[in-house]
Amino acid sequence: MKLTLYIWRQKNSSTKGSFERFQMDDVSPDMSFLEMLDVLNEKLLVEGKEPVAFDHDCREGICGACSLVINGQAHGPMERTTACQLHMRKFNDGDTIYIEPWRAKAFPVVKDLIVDRSAFDRIIQAGGYISVPTGSAPEANNIPISKDDADLAMDAAACIGCGACVAACPNGSAMLFTAAKVSHLAILPQGAPERHRRVKAMIERMDSEGFGGCTNHGECQKACPKGISIKFISLMNREYIKANLASLARDKGEVTAQ
Amino acid sequence: MGPICEFYKTTVGKKIVAAVTGALLFLFLVAHMVGNLKAFAGIDPATGMYKLDVYARFLREFGHMVLGYSGVLWLTRIGLLVVFVIHVVTVIQLTLRNRAAGGGSYAKNRYLSSTVASRTMAIGGLILLAYVIYHILHFTTGTLHFHGFKHGHVYANAYNAFQVWWVVLIYCVAMVILGLHLYHGLWSLFQTLGLDGPRTNRPLRCLAGVLAVVIALGFMAVPLGFASGILPAPTTQVTTQTALLR
Repeated sequence: MKLTLYIWRQKNSSTKGSFERFQMDDVSPDMSFLEMLDVLNEKLLVEGKEPVAFDHDCREGICGACSLVINGQAHGPMERTTACQLHMRKFNDGDTIYIEPWRAKAFPVVKDLIVDRSAFDRIIQAGGYISVPTGSAPEANNIPISKDDADLAMDAAACIGCGACVAACPNGSAMLFTAAKVSHLAILPQGAPERHRRVKAMIERMDSEGFGGCTNHGECQKACPKGISIKFISLMNREYIKANLASLARDKGEVTAQ
Repeated sequence: MGPICEFYKTTVGKKIVAAVTGALLFLFLVAHMVGNLKAFAGIDPATGMYKLDVYARFLREFGHMVLGYSGVLWLTRIGLLVVFVIHVVTVIQLTLRNRAAGGGSYAKNRYLSSTVASRTMAIGGLILLAYVIYHILHFTTGTLHFHGFKHGHVYANAYNAFQVWWVVLIYCVAMVILGLHLYHGLWSLFQTLGLDGPRTNRPLRCLAGVLAVVIALGFMAVPLGFASGILPAPTTQVTTQTALLR
């Protein structure tokens, strides 16, 4: 396969980037998208040029490291597929492919196609956990959980935190990510004691990281390689309303005799 | 910082405020549209006035025993203005935030699920804001009504206004934009209030579409009715009658 690539090159977050054109003459349709970039980088190294920097880790579609916008779509044209699991047979000989980093204010470009997604980590630090003593794993059936709840929580927990939702959102919003993380804990009994504090803290953190708000375009759920539904955004909104109503009703300070 | 401030500071809190105020504004639109359609009701045989003018008088006189002439009307107007201002200010704050948070467009922008309606909420909303100001100066105060505006003669004022092609055009275009705004807004508010899910989304979107079309067409019926001649020119006898009764 012959391909023309336009790849975003950017030295660091403070410089302006631009597209650089590369011609690929011998791309195998069996290569994954990242392998195709590996071949390009080997060629660049031999030529003594700077290779293209891109994020990758497991290459199995489960770690959420790869982060390429391919022809304007986060993770490329295949639904429910990460860029690493996308293969070149999905493209045609002679195609022109634009490869860009995630674009959002909260995800500054580190170099070329690599963006800094630590804003996600800080959202998790704000409340994406449960406070229990760790130790040996508890007996699985100590807390009965209905199959429906377990399935629903699992659908939310499928989030790999890749950031495609933010990349696809015209508002650079992290609502789908935050909602998935809030939901999988809120649905389960283990997440119940901290649910009100959690949803408020995570939304406040999400806002302070500079992510935008949701305007219900639904682009995020189409871009999500795990197919996470915006139903969870609805669920998080409900959690947030409940948390605020609860804090209005809650007693503040010491409870005295009445 | 109070809990309400804290709530309003977040994007989700603001969205909830926008959804609730939007829902209230929608209820007003329904009432307004039904009232407008009284233009088609003709003349009231008891008073000899247009039913539309009778209705306009009713709005002013309603509750006059308690709050005086147009007391209830002014209370409603103030309430409506507050809701409207909250909706507009909140949405402008959110939109500015969203514009700043996006990282700019991609070389090839491909939309997979957003609609024309969802992408034009902000700009359409601004156009509607300008339209509402024009509409009030046009039919409430008469400032921008250049074709014989007489206070209280609602039917005659509407007839005179909608004999001018560009006034009809402004109203019809505004109603198309309103329809788009409602289509996205009406299902979105359920999502924002946490009441939507995969099973309810399709019916909600259909319902939003139907309501948007009904509201847009319902409002358009009046200008188009006057422009096409379906609604006849006011007779002088009826207009004098209205003037005498005021």
